[in-house]
Formats: sequence, C-alpha cells, structure tokens
Amino acid sequence: MIKPTYTIGVTGLNAIDSPGPGIAVIRGLREAASFDVRIIGLAYETLEPGIYMHNLIDKTYLIPYPSTGTDALLDRLIYIQKQEKLDIIIPNFDAELYSFMKLESRLKDIGIHMFLPTFDQFEERHKVNLSKFGKKYGINVPEGIAINDPSEIYKHIDDLEFPMMIKGKWYDAYIAYNQDQARTYFNKIVAKWGLPVVLQKFVHGTEYNVTGLGDGEGNLIAAVPMRKQYITDKGKAWAGISIDDEELLELTRKFVRSTGWRGGFELELMKSGDGKYFLMEINPRIPAWVYLAVGVGQNIPEALSLLALGQKPTSFGSYDVGKLFIRYSWDMIVDRSEFQNFSLKGEV
Amino acid sequence: MKINQNLAVSESGFLFNPGTGESFTVNPIGAEIIALFRKGMTQDQVIDSITDQYHVDRNTFEKDLQDFTGILKTYSLLKQDD
Repeated sequence: MIKPTYTIGVTGLNAIDSPGPGIAVIRGLREAASFDVRIIGLAYETLEPGIYMHNLIDKTYLIPYPSTGTDALLDRLIYIQKQEKLDIIIPNFDAELYSFMKLESRLKDIGIHMFLPTFDQFEERHKVNLSKFGKKYGINVPEGIAINDPSEIYKHIDDLEFPMMIKGKWYDAYIAYNQDQARTYFNKIVAKWGLPVVLQKFVHGTEYNVTGLGDGEGNLIAAVPMRKQYITDKGKAWAGISIDDEELLELTRKFVRSTGWRGGFELELMKSGDGKYFLMEINPRIPAWVYLAVGVGQNIPEALSLLALGQKPTSFGSYDVGKLFIRYSWDMIVDRSEFQNFSLKGEV
Repeated sequence: MKINQNLAVSESGFLFNPGTGESFTVNPIGAEIIALFRKGMTQDQVIDSITDQYHVDRNTFEKDLQDFTGILKTYSLLKQDD
C-alpha cells in the first residue's frame, strides 16, 4: 500500500520532568499505520530537548510565546509554512491553545489543518468553570471556586475545609493545610500564571486518568484509562498502567456525548475511598502519557491527524489492559554549534 | 466467597486487578488458596483441601484463612456470596 506523507508541526517538545506531550505525540505519529510523516518541531525555548532529537524531529522552528499575541504567531507560522508546507499542526499546551483556536480558520486558508475544541468547549471545561460544568452534565466534580484576591480564601474555608487544593489557571496545583499555606500558594501561582486562582475541595483517593479523542459530533473515537503507579513531586505520572473500568469508560463516553467534544483530551479523576469517581480536571489536549494509548492499540495522534484532514477514522474498539508505561530521563550530548544555531537563527 | 472474576493470577502468585490497576503478590499457599476459590470452592472446601494436603490443624488454618480472606476483601479481590 502506498501511504501518503504528511508534514506535521508539533509543539510541546519540553521532554522534562513535567513533560510536554510533544515527544509522545511524535512517537505516535511516527508509528502511524495509515501515513508517513515529516515532523516539524515548534519550540518556545532553546533548550527544549525535542529540538535536538533528530531521530524524531526533522526540523524545529522557534515560535513566539502566546503572550506576544496571535499576530506574531501567525507571522511566524506563515514564514514556517513557506519553508515546510505543513499539512497539520498539533498544539499540545493548554496555554497556547487559545491562540491556535483563534487562528484555526486563517491557518486552514494557508493549508494547515488542526482539530481543536471549540471556544465554548474550551471555556466550559476550564478549571475556573469546572463546578458549573459538573452540575450541567451531571458529573461528580469537587466543589471549587475561582478567586482573585487572597483575602477571599477565608470566606471559603467553611465550604471547602482544609486541606484544600490551590490551583493555577493553566498549571500547578498545591495542597494547602492551613490559611498561611493557602496564601503562600496563592501568591506563588499568581506570580507564575496570573489570576484567577482556583480553590478546590480536596478529595482523598487514587488518581486515574483517561486520554481520549472526540470527533466533534458526540462520538468517542478513542479512550484509554490509566491508573497512575508512580507520581513525581509535581504530581505527574512517571509510571502508569492501562486498566479496564467500564464506569470510567462510560463517564468518558458521557463527557464526549454531552459536550460534543472535538479533539484530544485528558480527564483527571480521583477515586475516593468509597469508590466514587470525581472529575478533577479536563485537559483540552493530548496528555504527555499518550504513548501508552499508542502502545495498547489506540494511536490517538494518528486518529487526530486524520480527523484534522477531514477523514472519518473508525472508533477504536478495544485496547490491551495491564500494560505499563515507565518514563525515564536521558542525557543527550549536543554540540554547542547546534544550540548556537537555534539560538541565533530560531531554526535547526 | 467469590474471587473477583476479572482478577489475573499468575502461577507465581502475582495478582493484577484490571479494574483498578492494583497489583499484589501472595506466597505459594496464598496463590493456592486463590486458585481453589477460583475453582468455585466454598470456604469449607478450601479448608478441607488445605488441611488434607498440609500438616496443619483445622482451627489454626481456619483462623489464618479468615485473616487472609479479610485482606482480600479489603482490596475488593474477594466478595461475600450473595
């Protein structure tokens, strides 16, 4: 069979201790059965490890931070498009998604396809709105509130109680055991991610995650649930195992059916001592552990690419249960000239 | 007593619960007891089988089995008959 070759731009090349999903996404794309790929890395920093992983990425370009605005990003992507003729871009950071969503139709005009959530979907599932989301769709969500001033913490102590979760708008989450800690974490998060900060009721239990893909019409194309087996001090799974839990899969189907979710996603859940699932977060993109899904038979990056190109991949029926992913870190040796080239020219 | 039907049990005594992702190890006699429950044996039949094969008095084994099944229930690996 002659396979088409697609040129795909991928962000999230920061394969660090709190990794971006880019490298895992690229591994999935490289193993795609229905097409071959040329991978173009899109990096924000000169030391994102993916830039130097030439076995996975053919060429990488520096792109401007979302905070510089969509015009700067569009200009850069137009330049990159002239050089590379991208067919697809898969953005992998929460914080950049808004910019890419805004540019979706303009990028399509120059031949770049994406498959992203709608603005409504993106906003509705936001940490800040998660409590409302749970009520609307009948999904258990821990009580939470977004605040803009640390003095507001005091007002919510009776409802949320300590310990409580203090979460950043985009990233970071801390468990605060008293008001002093809550204030400290509030300030730490504001300095990094800005306002608002989310206070959320703490649920004690075991962490489960589901990665999946919705086709935008209410159909679930892929879903793989995973139990975190080893968690880093940043709360990231360093090892996990695929599990078979019909309740989790039904919850995932319900999420996709009721929201008509478009694109990749990750559900973060906590199973309390009495066996009840609480939806803690919905990440509107593919997670860093997605290679487990690829490894158990559901190549989500491949299916997402096909959806981006307007094709209709069939839903994955099953996956292997009891397969583990175990992450590792690895030191690459990189010649100074490469680092220098990327720093000066913004491409390598 | 009913062993969780989905439980994967290796001959070496490694247990994996595919529903929760939890895994456990048991010693050879633990593995044997689980294998007997999986065959559909009742608690009394398990006691008969083990006390017939090994040099252990019925009262001692009954007490040990109670402890063991208590742990299995805690981890939702074993359920009381309906």
